[in-house]
This record gives sequence, structure tokens and C-alpha cells, in this order.
Amino acid sequence: MKFNFALLLTLAICLVSFTSRTTNLASTNPNEIVIQNFSFEPATLTVKPGTTVTWVNRDDEPHTATATDKRFNSKTLDTGDRFSQEFNAPGVYNYYCALHPKMTGKIIVK
Amino acid sequence: MSDKIERRNFLKCMAWAGTGIVWAMNGGVLGSSELVLGAKRTPGFNFVQISDSHIGFNKDPNHDVTKTFQEAVDKINALSEEPAFVIHTGDITHLSRAEEFDTAAQILKGARTSQIYYVPGEHDVFTDDGQLFRERFGRGTQGMGWQSFDYKGVHFVGLINVLNLKQGSGTGLGGNGFGQLGQDQLAWLKNDVKGLSSSTPIVVFAHIPLWTIAPEWGWGTDESEQALLLLKRFGSVTVLNGHVHQIMQKVEGNVTFHTARSTAFPQPSPGTAPAPGPIKDVPADKLRSTLGLTDVSYAGTGGRLAVIDSTLV
Repeated sequence: MKFNFALLLTLAICLVSFTSRTTNLASTNPNEIVIQNFSFEPATLTVKPGTTVTWVNRDDEPHTATATDKRFNSKTLDTGDRFSQEFNAPGVYNYYCALHPKMTGKIIVK
Repeated sequence: MSDKIERRNFLKCMAWAGTGIVWAMNGGVLGSSELVLGAKRTPGFNFVQISDSHIGFNKDPNHDVTKTFQEAVDKINALSEEPAFVIHTGDITHLSRAEEFDTAAQILKGARTSQIYYVPGEHDVFTDDGQLFRERFGRGTQGMGWQSFDYKGVHFVGLINVLNLKQGSGTGLGGNGFGQLGQDQLAWLKNDVKGLSSSTPIVVFAHIPLWTIAPEWGWGTDESEQALLLLKRFGSVTVLNGHVHQIMQKVEGNVTFHTARSTAFPQPSPGTAPAPGPIKDVPADKLRSTLGLTDVSYAGTGGRLAVIDSTLV
């Protein structure tokens, strides 16, 4: 019985995350950061606590979204790859591309 | 009639000059002073620099970088004289993947030379701080992979400036997205060249240029001035870099800087595009004229080294 409940919960989480991923595919998603022409757009994104932010690489070069304090790291994002990160604690999260450190951005959670 | 021939010869000469750039010849002054001193003349040698093979890249303008890399190796093997060694100045792979390193190493096994030296590019180290790179190519190196060796009177130094890249959009040390040498490596370099006579020719190789080419694109190296200061007393310093996928050169005092072409794809020159990255619209029949390798020769007389670039076609 306990096991079944856990399974159900997992399914529910999967469903929720799937739904959010589907909405992320829309170009109007305000919580999506497009990597293009060696820059993060928008470079500064302000979100509410609990928001999942998604990066998508539209360049022909690989990039990363790496937190300055290493709290998150997308690892390699090749063309078309996406990376999502949930932000809960309020604050400013600076990040950059580990491959092209001139590329910088920040997430403001408040 | 004879006028016509002369013009044709002149044009021929110009065409030849355009196919390979010979920009630093053996300086006669040092050579003759050595003769006066009665120093023993050591025979010269040549070596080849290849760079930015980006194995794993498969988009415009080059969907088969393995093939163009193989063609570069074929060019090495077709040289009239076997090079003493080959230096790969980084971005061996595109995404630091094990299979990409393996493909590159496999192709280089076919090069007609006795030794290959590597320094990493940022594409070789950005996922694991260079662990895979050092496992494969780091044998005999020091610190984070720095190396030096001597060959027929020339001292070679391989520096790494693609580790610990710091975030930055502003200006100033560590804040501009430049390559990084780090104080540990500089201390090692200081010690490495300490005992050398100032007449020893020095060759430095590293991935990101050791002089500032385009600050807006991060094409430069922090602390490179400190490294060059340590080499200031030497009469001949040749700096070989990659990263920019095009030939750029500068002579400053005794130091000659040179960047090599890629074997994978060309990049725009600074100011001609909004961002660096592959030039996508190179016609297929023009691609090989944008890719190439660099042949460096030393006459053995203590003077400057000759650097000759050639394309794949």
C-alpha cells in the first residue's frame, strides 16, 4: 500500500514536470533564457521563489550556464540542448558560460 | 615581350607569397656574432603546429572535422622533411568527450613524427577541469599540465591558460573573460627558465593568445605580461597560439606572436561579426582554403624561427 502511494506520487511529479516542460517549449515562456550570439537573453531575469528557469542553447557553439558560486551547473549545452533549475531561496544568482566566461547573466529571486 | 614576362613572374611571386606567409626569417646578426665567438653551430630542425581540430563538431561549415583533421595529418606526412615533433595547441575536441579525444589520438598516431605535444583548449577541459585531457596527454607534465622540454638548443614551454576561467563582463584582472595563467604556473615558469642562458631561443605554446587581440571577445590572457616579463631577457621568443582560428601575428621587441589556423572551421576576425564562433556560410569548395597548419623551422644559429602557414589545399 505504501509502495503504491509512492508510485502514484512519482507519477504525479513526472506528469507535473512533463507539463512544465511542454509549456517551456513555447517561445513566450517568461522563465526561459535563450542563449544566442554568445549572450544570455534576457541577461537579467527576475522570478518568484519556487520558479523553474530553463536555458536553451540556440547557438552553433556549445555553452554552459554555470553559477559563479557553483550552486548550479548545466554542464555542456550543445545546440538545442536545454537545462532547467528551480530557484527557491530569494537572492541574486550570478552565472556565466564556463566555455566563454565573457557571457554572464543573473537570476534575481524575490 | 620581356616586360610581359617580368610582370608575369612578379604576379607568380605574389601568388606564392599569398599561399604561405613567411614573416620571420632567421636574423643574421645573432648568427654572425655566434660565429665570432666560435660557438659550435647546431643543425636546425623543423616542427609542425596544428590547432583547433574540434573533433565532435558537426555543423556548418564543416560536417566532417575528422576528415579535415586527417587531411592536416596527410599534409604533415607529405612534408619533404619529417618534423621533429608536432604540437597541438588545443581545442582537440569540441565537447571534451572521451570518444572525441580517442578519435583525435587515433588520427595523430598516423602522423609521421616521433613525438606529439599537447596543450588543452577550453573545449578540452570545461566539463571536468581537464581530467580526461590530463589522463590522455598529461604524462610527464607538471602542476595542472604545464610542460617544458629542450630540443637542439631551443627551449619549449607549454602553458595552460584555459583552466579556472573566471566569470566576467567588465574589465580588469579576472573580470574580462580572458585566459588565465595563475600564479602557481607563473612561479613554475620563473623557475623553469631560471638557469637558461639569454641566448637560448624560447618557444612558448598555449591555446589562447598571450597578447590581447580582441578584449570584447575575451581573446587575450590575464597575467600574460608577467609571463612575458620572465622571458624579456631572451634574445628570441616565439609564441604560438590557437583559439582564434585564423592567422594573426605581431612582433614586439624580441617576441614574435603567431596564431594558427584551425583544421575544423574558420572564425570571423574581430569587428566583422557580432560574436565569435564558426563562420557558417563558407562554400564547401572554399572551406579547405580557410583551414591549415603551421610549419616552424629553426636554422640552428640562435636567431628567430621561421613560421610558415599553409592551407589544406
